[in-house]
Formats: sequence, C-alpha cells, structure tokens
Amino acid sequence: MDVAAYEKLLPDITPRNKPFWDGCAAGELRLQRCTDCGRHRFPDAPVCPQCLSSSASWEAVSGTGTIWSWCTMHQRYFAAFADEVPYRLVYVRLTEGPLVISVLADEPDELRLDLPVRVVFRPSPGGRVIPQFSTGDLVTAA
Amino acid sequence: MNANDAAVIIGAYEHPGRELPDKSLAQIHAEVAIGALADAGLTLDDVDGFFLGHDAPGYGGGWVSMAEYLGLRSLTYMDSTESGGASPIYHVSHAAAAIAAGKCNVALITLAGKPRTGIQPGGGGPLRPEDSFEMGMFTGAGLVSTYALAAQRHMYEYGTTSEQLAEIKVAATIHASHNPNAFLQKVMTVEDVVNSPLVADPLHRADCCLVTDGGGAVVVVSREVARSLNRQPVKILGQGEAAKLTDGGRVDLTYTSAVQSGPRAFEQAGVTVNDIDYVSIYDSFTITVLEILEDLGFCEKGEGGRFVMDGTLVAPHGRLPFNTDGGGLSNNHPGHRGGITKIIEAVRQLRGEANQGVQVPDCEIALVHGNGGDLGTRMRSATMILGRDA
Ligand SMILES: [Zn+2]
Repeated sequence: MDVAAYEKLLPDITPRNKPFWDGCAAGELRLQRCTDCGRHRFPDAPVCPQCLSSSASWEAVSGTGTIWSWCTMHQRYFAAFADEVPYRLVYVRLTEGPLVISVLADEPDELRLDLPVRVVFRPSPGGRVIPQFSTGDLVTAA
Repeated sequence: MNANDAAVIIGAYEHPGRELPDKSLAQIHAEVAIGALADAGLTLDDVDGFFLGHDAPGYGGGWVSMAEYLGLRSLTYMDSTESGGASPIYHVSHAAAAIAAGKCNVALITLAGKPRTGIQPGGGGPLRPEDSFEMGMFTGAGLVSTYALAAQRHMYEYGTTSEQLAEIKVAATIHASHNPNAFLQKVMTVEDVVNSPLVADPLHRADCCLVTDGGGAVVVVSREVARSLNRQPVKILGQGEAAKLTDGGRVDLTYTSAVQSGPRAFEQAGVTVNDIDYVSIYDSFTITVLEILEDLGFCEKGEGGRFVMDGTLVAPHGRLPFNTDGGGLSNNHPGHRGGITKIIEAVRQLRGEANQGVQVPDCEIALVHGNGGDLGTRMRSATMILGRDA
C-alpha cells in the first residue's frame, strides 16, 4: 500500500480528538459523552447535538455492537486502496448508539446483518492504531 | 394568496453537450442562461433576480463572478443557497417567494459543471478531521460506500433485490433511447444491469449515475411578466424543504428527508400522490430513487422494490413515469448535480414537449424531488409540485 497516500485519508489528530486516538493506542474504544444529558457521540464534537452542552468527558465504552450493514468495495476509489480491492466495509452500530464505518479484522464463515461484533485494534500502514471489528468469540457466545 | 401563485416557470433549457472539453465552466453557465431566457422570450437585460449554487466559478463560490461575466446590471435580488445537487429546486421556490414579496420579477437559475473533461468540483473546501471519521475514509470507504450500505440494509430489512433496483435503471435507459442528446443510448435489461461490474457490492456500475459535463437553466417570472410573453407557463403548486442530520452518529440509511419535505409540498399544493402524473426523482444511485419513492408515499416503506417492477416507472403508460429524459442514470448528471435536469424534464412534460415516445398523455401535475449532500451523513431534500397552466 502507498503509505503516504493512505496517511492523507487519516483524520488529523487534534486536541479535541486526541483522547480517541490515545484510546486506540491503549486498546480501548473511547467516546465523548455529554456530561449534562449523558449521550455518547461520534465523531467528537465541541457541543452535544442533543442539548448543546459544551461539557463532555471521554469514556471507555463497551466496544460491542452489531453489523448494521456491509458492502464490498470493488472500485478503485482511493489510490491508497487500489491494490486492496475487493475489500469489505462494515457499518457497526455500537451498543452505546453511534454508528462507525470500518473493516472486519477477520472473515467470518457466514456474514449476516445484526451479527454481534466487538472492536479490535490494528496498526494501519503508517503505524497509527485504528479500530476494526471482529466476529470472533461473540458468534459462538451469541 | 398562495405565494406560489405569484410566480411561474417560463423558461427552461438543458445544454445539449455531455463532454465539453473546450468550454469553461463560466461559458457553460452563460450558454444555458441565454438558452433558458431565449426559451422564455427574454434576454439577459431582463434579469433582476439571480440564483445559483456553489457550482458557479469565481469569487466566493456564488453569484458575484457569474453576474459580472453575464453583465447583469439590474439585479435586485440574489440567492446563493447551496444544497448540493438539489440546489436548483430550492432556487425555484426561493425565486417564487422573492417574486411574491416584490423583490424581483425575472429570476434566472443556472447550474453547470464539467467533471468529465475538466477538474472535479472542490465541494465544501478542505476536509475536516471529522469528515474522514464520518465517512470512514481511512478504512477505504467513500460516498459510494454509504449508498451501498444503505442498499444492503434495505435488502435485509425489506427483501429488496438487485433485480428490483435494476428495474429503475432499465426504465431510465428506455427513456434515454428516445433522447438524442442522452449520454447512454442503449436500452439495458435487468440482466445487463446486474451483470455490470460491481462498484460497491451490492451496487453495480449501472446502479450509479453518469459523470457528465453540461448544465441547464430555468427562468421564473411574475404572473404579470408571463402574461407579456408568448410562452406556456408552468405553475408552482407547492414546495417543501427538509434536512436530515447526523444526530451524534446515529444515521439510519434506509430513509431520506423526503419523509418531511414531501408532505410539506403535498399539503401546500393541496394534492396527493394519486394526483401525480409524472415524477422527476433525484437518481444519484438506483437506491436513491427507491428510497425517495417510498419516502414520498408512492408506496409503503419497504415496498419500493415491488413497486418499481413490471414497468411502473416506464413512460408513457407505466403507473408512475419517471425521469423521461433518461435522468442522471442515463441522460445527464452535469457536475454531479442532478437538480436542474429534474426541473427541466418536468417542465417539458407539463408543456407536452417531452421526447416522442415518452410524453405522458394529459400530464397535468408533476413532482420534482432533489437530494442534496450524502445519504450517509447529512442530507437535505427539496420537493416541488408543478402544474400545467390552464
Ligand atoms: Zn447533551
């Protein structure tokens, strides 16, 4: 993979979103949570879209969710991913509510929607640790 | 008096070109402006209201540079409402409101783009960190991915199939085959569509709109001005706008903000889905059309797949003929923005000037619907109901 092209697709680390990336590096999914109404949000935002409070904390969340939808990219959409096609994307509804797009770290035998998943952390080509999802363990447990 | 009674659409023009390597973006805006004004029997000197979105080149991404280029010296009202591909549908209703308020009398609305032979439009400026988060770009997801995710979930919840989505493209290709300017002239079958290469499974290449150069323009005038012109006006019966936002990351992709803009337009127009003779539906992807038809109430939520089967959308005799120019799927999607061509084809239908073979008999009421933005994140909708002038 073209690492320079890939890194352009990564969100810049800002003072506001740094706790998210620190969490990934530490193997923990952290979301912003409104101090006033208690709602989680993703991505990070300066105010709560529910109550406009600017007071929020970063909390480690369950890291569990379900596959709300998936698709397989066949088109060479980004130069960085030109050699990766076809690759599968999942849209995961976290137990706390927000949805996150990422990839599956493993390929389950059978993929279906609403399958439970849990977050896993993998280093991306440039080294930044990103959240991915796994159906491992949970499939048999579910 | 309904504000919309004060104004009518009197001119409409679609650029015949689909690949325009030798024209500048400003030139295309100018050519469609002159074309629509000529259709109305007007000239640039008559224009006192100017409406355009961020597809306009030059200073500030709005109307200023284009007004200068066109030499519009008599402007009394300007509006650069930007709502992605749906922008011109907003502009028509905003122009009607401005005319009703006495702010202008001759409103010109233009749209142009040249992504096929020129540079891609820049959109809303540089990406912010949260944009990459939302779209999941660092995992290889992009705009088309979110429409594929929408289609997959729709299939799962409602049993919609790729073959049903293909019916939408098939209808568009049949219509385009009657349009000498259409980018795609070849009629496709359901089999052709589902056998076209996968772009983002479950969406095939044929489920996606075209990339074309070109543009179009529309002229909205006061009733008084219309009476002085020798051209059939089109009535603006009702319109509705709505937005669907990310809600802290909780975006259900199986519906659009048409669920809100639609009822607002129907209520103002005083008509129901049963009164609609023709629809222009925003068609960035086949799934976009399917969800909008459901959201506007042409069928129950989830029934869209069954609704579009058996030639429902095929003119002239289907139950609900749609996009009879071929739409963005087969005719033209200038500058990645399908709003203006949707209005223009509805005007042609209501005037009885659609291409031979696709003219809907006795077409009296048409609906135009545009999507702006991205189904996967934040989007907005504009619905407009137009009527043939008695
Ligand atoms: Zn809050």
